[in-house]
Amino acid sequence: MKILTTPRLERCIGCHSCSLACARLVHQRLSWDMAGIRIASSGGLSTGFEARTCLACTQAPCAAACPTGAYSQRRGGGVIVRKNICIRCGECARACPVDAIYLDPTGDPFVCLHCGKCVPYCPHDCLEMKEVGGGGPAAKAEAAEVAA
Amino acid sequence: MIRDYFRVLVVDLATGKGKVANVPGRDEVAGGSGLGALLFTKYGKADRPWDDPEQPVIFAIGPLTGYFPLMSKTVAAFKSPYHDQYAESHAGGRSALALRFADLDGLVLTGRAPRPVAVVVGSRHLELKEVHYLWGLDVQESGKLLRRMFKGSGHRSILRIGPAGENKSAMAGINVDTYRHFGRLGGGAALGAKNVKAVVIIGDGSFPLMEGKDYPKLFEAVYRKLTATDMMQKYHNLGTPANVAILNEQKALPWRNLQATTDPNVHGITGERFAETALLRNAACAGCPVGCIHIGFSRERFHADYRYFYRQVSYDHEPIFATGSMLGVSDCFAVLDIIDVVEQMGLDVMSAGVALAWATEALEKGIVTENETLLPLKFGDHNTYEMAVRHLAYGANDFYRLLAQGTLRAAAHHGGADFACVLGQEMAGYATGEVFFTSQALGLRHSHLDSAGYSYDQTHRDKDVGQAVDFLISDEASRAFLTSMVACLFARGVYNEELLAECLQSVGYGALADNIGAVSGNIQKLRWQTRLTTGFNPAGVSIPKRFTEVTTRKGKVDGEFLTALKDAYAQCIRELAPRKDHP
Repeated sequence: MKILTTPRLERCIGCHSCSLACARLVHQRLSWDMAGIRIASSGGLSTGFEARTCLACTQAPCAAACPTGAYSQRRGGGVIVRKNICIRCGECARACPVDAIYLDPTGDPFVCLHCGKCVPYCPHDCLEMKEVGGGGPAAKAEAAEVAA
Repeated sequence: MIRDYFRVLVVDLATGKGKVANVPGRDEVAGGSGLGALLFTKYGKADRPWDDPEQPVIFAIGPLTGYFPLMSKTVAAFKSPYHDQYAESHAGGRSALALRFADLDGLVLTGRAPRPVAVVVGSRHLELKEVHYLWGLDVQESGKLLRRMFKGSGHRSILRIGPAGENKSAMAGINVDTYRHFGRLGGGAALGAKNVKAVVIIGDGSFPLMEGKDYPKLFEAVYRKLTATDMMQKYHNLGTPANVAILNEQKALPWRNLQATTDPNVHGITGERFAETALLRNAACAGCPVGCIHIGFSRERFHADYRYFYRQVSYDHEPIFATGSMLGVSDCFAVLDIIDVVEQMGLDVMSAGVALAWATEALEKGIVTENETLLPLKFGDHNTYEMAVRHLAYGANDFYRLLAQGTLRAAAHHGGADFACVLGQEMAGYATGEVFFTSQALGLRHSHLDSAGYSYDQTHRDKDVGQAVDFLISDEASRAFLTSMVACLFARGVYNEELLAECLQSVGYGALADNIGAVSGNIQKLRWQTRLTTGFNPAGVSIPKRFTEVTTRKGKVDGEFLTALKDAYAQCIRELAPRKDHP
């Protein structure tokens, strides 16, 4: 099972190609919000960029908070979302401690599926799909260490 | 959003109210440059001065903005304080994508706010926030506060002016997201005259894409093409500063107010020197994977102990030319120090550098004295130039106030017009020869990017007036179409007419795709008509004597050839767009 990691985000130039690719290829949208990875400057452009994306928790708070079962735990980390049974309550986004879930104005949630479609669009190789056993932040940190 | 009209938000700054106007004309003028001229025709007052409250300041994007890579620029259109005529200036940053996601093809500001304001727009948002407490603050300070005051970090664009714009300097630019600028022709003063300190564009909308695989497939192909070509390498690696050494070698880099075109001291300010010693990192405009923005640093020791602060300063060929070679400054950190002050003040760097170069020579020649310059301006003395930049932005005395309206204005009063390096506005950093001098002096934006005159000089040694002018006119038309999309001109080698047609077709602009040639002509004509209607007389343009004293790779500039080119180009412009009075 693979998860999306951001081991080299210090290299990010803020082009938003990853977000735009996710919206375009996964969600068929033109958007930099409706995407599983979103880029923001970390306190102004002079301090670089950060990515808002799912850390692939193995005990995902968003899945626990979902009242309808639209969110379920993904093996290896992260969540599987079934939008047809989502009631747009927004509990998932409120439960996520790292602001990885975007709610559109109708409450529709957008979260990383760990599919990796954004990865080839990063011109600085900031992103990487990593094989993880148990998944979760610990495994992600380990994966990042290996990459470095 | 794909639509066969333009969705334009028109904000009346006097009342604080806005209205959405659906403006027809998509298939005739496309967007960007074409839309800017169209909206000026609709909302502008050709016969009134630039600072009349009714004059609009216009921001426009194009049909491909956000849909394809490097479609990442915004066109600003306004009546310029520099020449009191129609003007365009272009910038990137996040401005273009933020407008796209605010669901606006154009934003028009009219009227004058009673007190300083920040205009905040988004896909579901319009607000005029009073910001009297920001008035007087420099570009960096106001940027920091604006970031704290408004939401949308990462997905918004913050445009703001500095003291130069507040003081209505004709050399005031509009800073975009810290590292980019609507630099030229005084857009900062156009906002300052309206009491607009900042425009915050929140890109908080999203749109469904076309069904099917055609669009993502074409996007993929374009993306690969753009990132695989050596263009990526050229603009990302050393970036535009690679030109500094090349132009110096070719005797085409203006030094010390264009008293020379090459100098052995260039090694201190080459792209290589900047990259090796001062480059911190690259950054990109939103929607562009190239990352051409080069950010260096300026640090200052403020205590006898080793106590420093530092600022991050973006650099390019033009700022290096303007604050480096043109001022005789040949150390990269000294250049970054001057650029940093220019940034804080919200001045256009090319105009400021070239104006101070003239002031330095004027002082050397005794045409002005230190009573006027307040400082012993001297080529190479960067500390003095840092202070002079502040004098220029604040209008410290009559001399600086006049100089800030344009070097030729100051020269008209004091003398020294012969060595004023002005080609429609203060020159850009290419002393390649007669064709470039003509193209900037007569180009619609008076920009080195209006057409590739510099490139023509570099590749043609003949003196065929007709051929050169035909090239300028046809190159301008194709660039006008690109800047109506609105593409970054760095991508011009990839986005040829055929590819643009495919891109337009794939997102649903079939009529535009089928008529690129005719639409380019429409846009070119409309822009010139707008410029001419506001008073431009191409036949009246004169090129100062200094440009004929220059020696380039082609040898000494041929004054007769230059005059013939200028006259022929002026005639073509006249024929292209006969003056039409506004309704």
